[in-house]
Amino acid sequence: MSNSNHPTSPHLQIYRLPLTALLSITHRITGVILAFGCAILIWILTAAADSAAAYEQLAAHFGSWYGQIFLLGFVFSLYLHFCNGIRHLFWDVGYGFELETVDLTAKLAIMVALVMTIATWVVARMA
Amino acid sequence: MAEFFLPANSVVKQGKLFKATEGVKNIRRFIVYRYDPSSGENPSTDTYEVDMDTCGPMVLDALLKIKDEMDATLSLRRSCREGICGSCSMNIDGTNTLACTQAISDIRGEVKVYPLPHQPVVRDLVSDLTHFYAQYASVEPWMKTDSATPPDRERLQSREDREKLDGLYECILCACCSTSCPSYWWNADRYLGPAALLNAYRWIVDSRDEATGDRLDDLEDPFKLYRCHTIMNCTQVCPKGLNPAKAIAETKKLMVQRKI
Repeated sequence: MSNSNHPTSPHLQIYRLPLTALLSITHRITGVILAFGCAILIWILTAAADSAAAYEQLAAHFGSWYGQIFLLGFVFSLYLHFCNGIRHLFWDVGYGFELETVDLTAKLAIMVALVMTIATWVVARMA
Repeated sequence: MAEFFLPANSVVKQGKLFKATEGVKNIRRFIVYRYDPSSGENPSTDTYEVDMDTCGPMVLDALLKIKDEMDATLSLRRSCREGICGSCSMNIDGTNTLACTQAISDIRGEVKVYPLPHQPVVRDLVSDLTHFYAQYASVEPWMKTDSATPPDRERLQSREDREKLDGLYECILCACCSTSCPSYWWNADRYLGPAALLNAYRWIVDSRDEATGDRLDDLEDPFKLYRCHTIMNCTQVCPKGLNPAKAIAETKKLMVQRKI
């Protein structure tokens, strides 16, 4: 609402967002990351379908430090979005709205995503 | 649209410091948002050093002590001082609550007091809730019936049906929930916000109301209802312990259920 006579009271500048709200905005951000990440996945697939040389060239990028950071971020985004998505599915059918439950499932989603990310990394390193 | 930054006329400046009188030992600092419409200047935050040995336990006690003893120009709404009228809703220590039920001892460090977030400020801690009330009125919060009233008794309701209204009818319209909601911050012009939606649901589930279909039709809108993204701030802040997020989810469920 814009009313030129009155100032707008501070909002994001002063609000102490609880964990549930932070996870909510993170859900949105990870969704954006996944959308862009999918385009890059397709890029990898087309390179692999093109030729071994093209794939090797791309793989070198993903083996570098910036490629690894991207992959780590993408994998974590995928798992966090997935875990939090399950919370949303429960909410859609009306479950899990109690304050204790939303706080617990928020922590759970973050922890499970972290564990899955680490597990994926370990398995990928071993392969 | 989402505006993450404050407009130029709303940026908060550093204000004055009101020091405690000599010899006061137990001091607590209150940082309070100030805006004087007649000054032509931007809002600011004044700092008050309050003597806690002579102050009541709640934030409202401190604000009234400031107004009585340190700075009579401080403006705020308050009435019942026991969490039932909803007048003294404001943002305290980064979260929305009632000043009268928020204990000072539960806050660490400086006590920061702002008006309800993302609202037009009339003066100091008083924000303009005209739009908020209009949204409440828009859900037509009264019983609507087509059938004739029974001639010899009230419209009766089973104990089970009455229980469905628990956790809904207690809303005091303090606006803590709606003004804590980022979706409401960005889209208050079209999104009804948690308080109005909780009250809409209060009439939707009332077994005596006969306009359920019309009420759902009215909410079937990409913005009015569906800007709720289950951020949960509403339920986190409700000073009456209500759950607007749950009420909104139940409304969304009814929208689907009536189509199948």
